[in-house]
Amino acid sequence: MSIVADDKIKKTPADERLKKASVATTLLRRPELGAVAGLVLVTVFFLLTANPSMFTLAGIMNFMAPAAQLGILAVGASLLMIGGEYDLSIGSMVAFAGLVFGAALVVWQVPLSVAILIAILMAVVIGVMNSQIVIKTGLPSFIVTLAFLFILRGLTLVGLKWASGGATQLRGMKEAAAGSPLTSIFSGDAFQGLFAWLASNDLIAKFPNGTPQVSGIPVEILWFIVIALLATWVLLRTRFGNWIFAVGGDERAARKSGVPVVRVKTVLFIITALCATLVAVLTVLDAGSTDARRGFQKEFEAIIAAVIGGCLLTGGYGSAIGAFLGSIVFGMVLIGLTYTSIDQDWYLVFLGGMLLVAVMFNNVIRKRVTGER
Amino acid sequence: MSSIDTPLVEVRNLTKHFGSVIALNGISMVVKPREVLCLLGDNGAGKSTLINTLAGVHRPTSGDFIVGGKSTTFYSPRDALDAGIATVYQDLAMIPLMSITRNFFMGREPMVGFGPFKRMDMKFADEVTRDEMHKIGIDIRDPQQAVGTLSGGERQCVAIARAVYFGAKVLILDEPTSALGVAQTSMVLKYVNQVRNSGLGVIFITHNVRHAFAVGNRFTVLNRGKTLGTYEKGAISIDELQNLMAGGKELQALSDELGGTI
Ligand SMILES: Nc1ncnc2c1ncn2[C@@H]1O[C@H](COP(=O)(O)OP(=O)(O)O)[C@@H](O)[C@H]1O
Ligand SMILES: [Mg+2]
Repeated sequence: MSIVADDKIKKTPADERLKKASVATTLLRRPELGAVAGLVLVTVFFLLTANPSMFTLAGIMNFMAPAAQLGILAVGASLLMIGGEYDLSIGSMVAFAGLVFGAALVVWQVPLSVAILIAILMAVVIGVMNSQIVIKTGLPSFIVTLAFLFILRGLTLVGLKWASGGATQLRGMKEAAAGSPLTSIFSGDAFQGLFAWLASNDLIAKFPNGTPQVSGIPVEILWFIVIALLATWVLLRTRFGNWIFAVGGDERAARKSGVPVVRVKTVLFIITALCATLVAVLTVLDAGSTDARRGFQKEFEAIIAAVIGGCLLTGGYGSAIGAFLGSIVFGMVLIGLTYTSIDQDWYLVFLGGMLLVAVMFNNVIRKRVTGER
Repeated sequence: MSSIDTPLVEVRNLTKHFGSVIALNGISMVVKPREVLCLLGDNGAGKSTLINTLAGVHRPTSGDFIVGGKSTTFYSPRDALDAGIATVYQDLAMIPLMSITRNFFMGREPMVGFGPFKRMDMKFADEVTRDEMHKIGIDIRDPQQAVGTLSGGERQCVAIARAVYFGAKVLILDEPTSALGVAQTSMVLKYVNQVRNSGLGVIFITHNVRHAFAVGNRFTVLNRGKTLGTYEKGAISIDELQNLMAGGKELQALSDELGGTI
């Protein structure tokens, strides 16, 4: 049917067999469609049930902050999932990186920049370790990184006791980091001047004394947005992005076509470890302390956000913007429930339900994209 | 420097073992510019293993591998591609979830822009894909549609068009016509001819002796991982080649029994 053996046809700008792709079909090809639908649904739900203060500027910052912390992990996880692998160690990695970063600041008392550098180097080492074990043994990354989930959590506990002299919490990071030019990049609120100006012109809500109710955008939200945009650019527009899809779609076919599979996977594992480390730095500086439960179960939430964002469990398909939106859905539900009369523990029920719906939805989408019958 | 007779690729006594399985057990063969070498052999003879070794997918267990007069080792398919050897694999090496364009340029993405703004040139890639597919006789509806939505024959043509586009010196085709209809098969054979005339060396693997005879200059017959022999086109008939491939007299007997229709 589709074989045209007539090579006399010179140019065919418009193929008559190309049904005018309807807007719906074009939309259905986008992996993040499910996440958009989820976000709309959740927004409508809270518009109907929650206290209206949820959607004021302060309320939005309130749910965007946890969304950002999860989202930075989820964007990294989505890249890795598109590349066909999982990293279950990122939650524990947040705790471990927090320990290394915190210990560098308060135990070794190095400057903030050096502490961040140490944390980054450590993330690269862990990422390389994860990837090399997965690649060399051929074991599923699910199992290898599950092992690291426990190893890193255990190391964090042991290390915290060593660094704090017996406790499971390490304090004093805020003071140690104060005064560094990097502090404002990794903690606090950005655009404070702009927000003060907006408040003085009555464009945003302010306190009776004239200061704005929201003093700026928490830096973690900016990091979240920048990382999601960067990841999307890499995925859709760069050579490395093409390689990520290829490696996740079919590793052998990718290799045969000249894609450096080992390099791509190694870089992806390093990226997830780096995302976890960034979250660790942001949250440790925000709280001024770190503890052993940092990042607990975040690996699962990040994977769920990536799946809501359209990542297939089998790899080769997905979107970073989808993971971004999926994380916002998470933040909205987690915080939104406190604006309603609904018991907050419904959060977990929602989490599981959302995952199920998303996976089923993605299956349908995949069949549509690949024309599987 | 390289005269017309310098082989593009030469293998001597190539062996390949997979654990205890001996897939190749001493293969020798030569490909020169401007010729089509047909590799013939029954299922399991080792044809795919041989070309996978040429293409850098497998490392040979032993034997010499000479490219452009120099002894060479390919550590990955990328090395082979960089040496100008492009392959249409029997399994096509395509990714169903990715678009035709992204598959076409997988591993060889065209770039535009500088520094941090360096990006894939999607417009150029789409155009080339559409043009190359058109040359092979397929009008693709939308280069951004997923390869998974194409028919088997169309996929085969994407793989062939891709290899022809990137194959600078040697083009290897592993049973490219097995999934194709009549019109597309003759298109591919015509294409192979065209590629040869443009100066490349072609290794053409097939089961079909007629297809081999239609385009081949020389025929190397494999059996159980060994070369049975190499024959110039004028030196052997279709029937002889057919029998050699099947490994002896049985086929002739069977053919007679069925009224000479095989
Ligand atoms: N990766 C592998 N592992 C083990 N045995 C293999 C592998 N690849 C090929 N073989 C074996 O090598 C032999 C030749 O296979 P192949 O090259 O695919 O044959 P052909 O393409 O001529 O039909 C077969 O017996 C096959 O089972
Ligand atoms: Mg074969």
